[in-house]
Amino acid sequence: MKSLIKLFVLLYASSLSTLIWAAADIEINTPGIAALTQSMQSRYTQLSPLYSSGAVGLTADGLIAVHDASSIPLPERQSVNALVSAENHDRKAMYQEIARANGHPEWESDIRNTFAQRWIQRAQAGWWVQSAKGWHQK
Amino acid sequence: MTRNLFVLSIAGTALAACVTINIYFPAAATAKAADKIIDEVMQTQTGHSETPDAKPVENIPSKEVK
Repeated sequence: MKSLIKLFVLLYASSLSTLIWAAADIEINTPGIAALTQSMQSRYTQLSPLYSSGAVGLTADGLIAVHDASSIPLPERQSVNALVSAENHDRKAMYQEIARANGHPEWESDIRNTFAQRWIQRAQAGWWVQSAKGWHQK
Repeated sequence: MTRNLFVLSIAGTALAACVTINIYFPAAATAKAADKIIDEVMQTQTGHSETPDAKPVENIPSKEVK
């Protein structure tokens, strides 16, 4: 009986060690992720002045949104809206694709939260970013 | 008594096995991966001088640990 208990203790310990090794690396080298990065990169040249002027800001959920529509000339508003929704489409696809590429679709919201923090962290001074308390300028 | 201990250790092992299946979300690795992607997305932004008193844009070395 005693040896059986010992066996279980050993089993328990080995399971714990597996647990420690479980937190692995994350895969981002897939064609899908590369294509989305490329697409976002080419859009960034158009978005960058909008971030600087405060017309568009970074949201707390890893996306972007129109922050100050009045700073956008009326005829351009439609195209800015289209730009924002295209960017958000890519971003959502990116978070989903990273989760899928790593075999854990359920990680999507964690990935999205991590990206949200990193986007805001890396935003340039003067850009508008959203937090739990609302919009503020970096 | 021993029977109780036996059941307890089985329960403990089962619990440990359950937790093992739930792999932790690698938060640090994801933050690093996010930085890499964000760097790549924003890199086209070098020749853009929107700010009037902008110093010559120096390439800020991205945090490449290792």
